[in-house]
Amino acid sequence: MFKSRGFDKPSVFSQLMSYLVLLFWSFVVLFPIYWVFTTSLKLPFQVDSGPYYIPFIDYKPSLESWKYILVDLRVDTLRPFYNTVVVSVVSSVLALIIGATAAYGLTRFQYRPRLSGIFLFIALVAIIMLGSSFGVPWYLMLIVGIVLFFFLLGPLMKRFPKALGNNDIAFWLISQRILPPIVVVIPIYVMFQQLKLLDTQAALIITYMAVNLPIVVWLLRDYFVNIPLELEESARVDGASPYRVFWSIVLPLAVPGLVATFLFVLVFAWNEYLLALFLSKANAQTMPLLVAAQNNTRGPQWWYMSVYILIMIIPVIILAILLERYISRGLLVGAVKG
Amino acid sequence: MNQSISNPKKQLEPGTNPLFNWLNRHAGLVFILPSVIIVLALSIFPLIISAYLSLSRLKFVQGGLEIKFVGFANFRKLLLGSERKHFRGDLGVLSIWQWLFVALVVALLIYLLSRYIRSQEFKIGGLIYRIVVFSILSWGSYYLMQNLSSDGRPGTVVVTLIYVFVGLFFQYFIGLSLALITTQKLPGRRFFRTIFLLPMMITPVGIGYTFRMLTDTSKGPFKPILRAFGLEEYSWVSDPWGARWAVVIGDVWQWTPFVFIILLAAIEGLPNELFEAAHVDGANRWQIFWNITMPQIIPVSATIILIRMIEAFKIIDLPNVLTFGGPGTATESLTLQSFFNWRTLDVGGSAAIGYMLMFISLFIATSYANLIYQKLRRF
Repeated sequence: MFKSRGFDKPSVFSQLMSYLVLLFWSFVVLFPIYWVFTTSLKLPFQVDSGPYYIPFIDYKPSLESWKYILVDLRVDTLRPFYNTVVVSVVSSVLALIIGATAAYGLTRFQYRPRLSGIFLFIALVAIIMLGSSFGVPWYLMLIVGIVLFFFLLGPLMKRFPKALGNNDIAFWLISQRILPPIVVVIPIYVMFQQLKLLDTQAALIITYMAVNLPIVVWLLRDYFVNIPLELEESARVDGASPYRVFWSIVLPLAVPGLVATFLFVLVFAWNEYLLALFLSKANAQTMPLLVAAQNNTRGPQWWYMSVYILIMIIPVIILAILLERYISRGLLVGAVKG
Repeated sequence: MNQSISNPKKQLEPGTNPLFNWLNRHAGLVFILPSVIIVLALSIFPLIISAYLSLSRLKFVQGGLEIKFVGFANFRKLLLGSERKHFRGDLGVLSIWQWLFVALVVALLIYLLSRYIRSQEFKIGGLIYRIVVFSILSWGSYYLMQNLSSDGRPGTVVVTLIYVFVGLFFQYFIGLSLALITTQKLPGRRFFRTIFLLPMMITPVGIGYTFRMLTDTSKGPFKPILRAFGLEEYSWVSDPWGARWAVVIGDVWQWTPFVFIILLAAIEGLPNELFEAAHVDGANRWQIFWNITMPQIIPVSATIILIRMIEAFKIIDLPNVLTFGGPGTATESLTLQSFFNWRTLDVGGSAAIGYMLMFISLFIATSYANLIYQKLRRF
């Protein structure tokens, strides 16, 4: 993967310039992280009395803030951290499983959803919503709607056979990414309120899974296209069910794509702010909310905040360094075929 | 694992279980249905309900909700009523340079239109579509200049557009330059590319606070530098453009890695023979870049730009943490404005802003996809 162009050896001068640019950007990237790190080792008076740059030389570092956050506030820190881990891992795994099946289906099966069926569905939903807003009980409308749907579906589909294809479904799924979360979050809030799921991990897991599903479908579809069909066909001839073929042959072959997609989705869920802001309060609070809530009336306490930020970013940074090679590969496949 | 594949009939035994049979025959449906149901339940239905909410006034009363249908009142308030200045900004009178800019945009669009009319793919539907899109773009550029003129003030729409496009511009060019440098044969480039990846992993909330620390003029690390330039008294957060730039810089810092890493993989994936042939023919590095590398990575770039554009419209965390949307409303993005409305329990207004955001991003994304993206992908 990391091949370089042997013939194209840059001259000494251009090498020097390249290193200068690379070092400059490394500084731009690393300095903020370094500053957060050193601030986490400072005492309040050291932060307030002007910038100190290098621990041990400029100032005497102390672990006071770390102790305060991790020992004194143990429960208040651990709960959001635990929430974040559970919510982001579970939602990512679910999104990966459900999205992978959809992506696989879209590459291996022919779907022909009839336009007439879709319009019938939309019309019935509209009728149900209209009816219930005029006071007809919604469950009655729902039963009528379902009955009508199954009665009308057959005749309509025969009459108007025009159908969409796999690409239309894929586009429809992937284009959900365009939807700004702020548009859908209020109804989702009301929905979870009705289900008594507000401020629980379940609410966040379900929502994050739905938000991340389009990315998974988009990235994995191209992975599955490139997996040769012969293996699957011979397994099918041997009598394996489609599910077994998917689980035992296709998924193992797609591991690099799965890893990249998982990491990408995980980072999204790990850092998500807006949806968590709406859907959780104290119980299901996640780390981004905890960090954002640090701006209290006494002004920001940079030393504590730095500790929180570091606690939040260290796990993902370690993951990123370990899995770096997967990320670029995985993202590229989607972007090339897109 | 392989054992079970080569001998699967033991577990399968077709025909014994009707449910199993049904599942096998409808495997395609089973594969796709969960995703379809989830998207319907958590995107499409909320979207429809949100449309209804944006047309109503909603109150949280004891034990439930009270919804009153008010028609387009929420949208009217945004576009023409009391929220007008907040949403659309103050409209000033254009200076001569700004008129020139608008004229330039219009001239460019007319030129593109005339080229389309003379081209092979001319269709009357395409012409109408282009005329509509170009008129909106011309009006948009005029409107943008009104906001940016000396007695104007950008509203949340223009602020969001600034975040999206200024951010995208810098992300793409910095990302591309870094990718080009890192694909050279340089010792230690593996190290640099891992480093460059990091900002993407950091939560935007954290970045917001980090940049607030860094831009703090009294305790921040750049205090000596600012003092040397006599800017010690200058406060980012109380100057509208300073605050907006701080948000843009934070955004660029975070998302340049995304562009960088995909372009890097794309350039590395190019076949070596192309470069060797060009080298043999005596092309210099600049020619190789313009005539070989660039055409090859334009399709990928088109996709990257589309993705980043779509994602950038949703920006909220960074301005919310970095500046709280201030000074005044100078750094508020549309999502943030919508969130503030929700917090004051103006649910209808919040939904209306959300819808406006969706219309704007949908219009720009589809225009880009139909008019530019398709062409670039064919390169």
